[in-house]
Amino acid sequence: MTRTLRALPTLLKIGIAEAIAYRAEMLVWVLSTTMPFVMWVMWSAVAQVSPVVGQSGRAYGSAAFSAYFLCTFMVRQIVASWASWEMNFEVRQGTLAMRLLRPIHPVISYAMGHLAALPLRFAVATPVAVALVLTAAAELPHDPRIWALWVPCMVGAWLVAFFSNIAVGTLCFFMESSLKVMEVWLACLMVFSGYLIPLDLFPPALRVVAELLPFRYQIGLPVEVMTGRYAFAEAARLVAIQWAWAAGLIVLSFALWRTGVKRFQAYGG
Amino acid sequence: MISVRGLKKHYRVHKRAPGLRAAVKSLFKREYTTVPAVDGIDFEIKPGERVGFLGPNGAGKTTTLKVLSGLLYPSEGEVRVDGHLPQKREVAFLSKIMLVMGQKQQLLWDLPPADTFELNRAIYDVPRDEMKKRLGNLVELLAIGDVIQKPTRQLSLGERMKCELAAALVHGPKVLFLDEPTIGLDVSMQVVMREFIRTYNEQFGATLILTSHYMDDVAALCPRVIVIDKGRLSYDGGLAELVQRVRPEKRVAFRLSAAVPLAQLEALGKVVRHDAAEAVLQVPMDQVNTVVGKALASLPVKDLTVENPPLEEVMSELFSRSRADAAGKGRAA
Repeated sequence: MTRTLRALPTLLKIGIAEAIAYRAEMLVWVLSTTMPFVMWVMWSAVAQVSPVVGQSGRAYGSAAFSAYFLCTFMVRQIVASWASWEMNFEVRQGTLAMRLLRPIHPVISYAMGHLAALPLRFAVATPVAVALVLTAAAELPHDPRIWALWVPCMVGAWLVAFFSNIAVGTLCFFMESSLKVMEVWLACLMVFSGYLIPLDLFPPALRVVAELLPFRYQIGLPVEVMTGRYAFAEAARLVAIQWAWAAGLIVLSFALWRTGVKRFQAYGG
Repeated sequence: MISVRGLKKHYRVHKRAPGLRAAVKSLFKREYTTVPAVDGIDFEIKPGERVGFLGPNGAGKTTTLKVLSGLLYPSEGEVRVDGHLPQKREVAFLSKIMLVMGQKQQLLWDLPPADTFELNRAIYDVPRDEMKKRLGNLVELLAIGDVIQKPTRQLSLGERMKCELAAALVHGPKVLFLDEPTIGLDVSMQVVMREFIRTYNEQFGATLILTSHYMDDVAALCPRVIVIDKGRLSYDGGLAELVQRVRPEKRVAFRLSAAVPLAQLEALGKVVRHDAAEAVLQVPMDQVNTVVGKALASLPVKDLTVENPPLEEVMSELFSRSRADAAGKGRAA
């Protein structure tokens, strides 16, 4: 374990070098997450016609939608995960073999690759954060405890996103390809995470379903915490549930990995 | 160092006929067959040995290497490498071995090989001073000083393979599995790679298992060969003994000062090649002296050499005999 910890800075350094090797491509990829902007424009137009009131009784005007979707863009940038696609590709091509030969768990090397992309993603998120403060500061919480809680909430969101990708990715050991499963997962993420519509605007029955699923803990919860949707105690309760999901997904991912890797056939070569 | 007992590796493979109908049918009912890639093999390899795995395509050589390196779980049997069960993939085991696959790469495609070396240094926890010394040695032996700073994608195949080998060795593995390490390389680069592999084995006493379709690789590097065919071990011993067993004959090549009629050559042995200036005969091992004596007495010989038949031919004959045996058994059944 200490050996792995010693290797992490180098893994991160090399990962960053890899992430920025194709500068233009990386930037285009990062900027391709435009859906929150589309939804921002759409919901702002709706709010101008008539005020939108959520289940909580909160009224959403243009400024509230601005804050919500700018935060959604930032959260999505930071918690983005592509591990499932990487795993499917590497298992089908047999190139996972090169990761398996190294004395470091492949899940850790995938995680380092994701963390290495963060500096560039933060760089893209920063101007959006500035725009958020300039245009919708009134929508943001003023309780410093909420902002202190936002940090573990973002870490929890990253863990939920990354390990749900790993869990779905490991299914390719059992079913040849799990990309279609990932597409279904993504479709659910779009609907139930609050990525396209704030969960507060969901019909009550659908909202109950959304609250029982892990998707909201990946995007919706950090955005709601950032936009002052909850008092500290409620936010802390939800972050605790989020971390429970993260822990469950970590356990599930490693259990699936342990069983699945025995079925790896190392095609090619 | 390596002990393999009753190793079996069977794959379950989805099988279906071509066409849309079969594709739709397979959606509801899948048919699987079990392919015995390795079907019960045993061998032992001592520390520092260089062993060549030979066999036709699909014989089970690469599967065996993958089991030995911990990539595949054996279906049956026990494999130990320096006391470790490879499939457990313990850190101590992975730090001692490396598998180099000519058709797979570990070099980071968009970064210079120097970055992969640094990554491996960190992962294998090699002290920086030791790394500097070791890498200096590898760079010198492989003559890659001027390429390790270029992005991997811009290197030629030969440069890339040399860097692959360097990347595989920065942690000083005690056991090296080489699967077609010279594939696609030109003849001079193959020689460089062979020399390097031999030097590494001699300097560090590393155990080496090699598979290659280039028989020159095996002949140059491996005093011992293990022949695997259809997942079974069909020979384990010296390369020279194998050649003798399969082709107990020698090739006698003559350079001639004048043309000789074919009939005159046929009286001495089986004619392999014949033109005005040269003739090659294949003769049984125990008749070489007699044939040479007769040839020198009756032919206008300028020069003469006695050699083994080419290894490619020997192997080709061995594998075609094995296929013929299998076909015979199939018909009998």
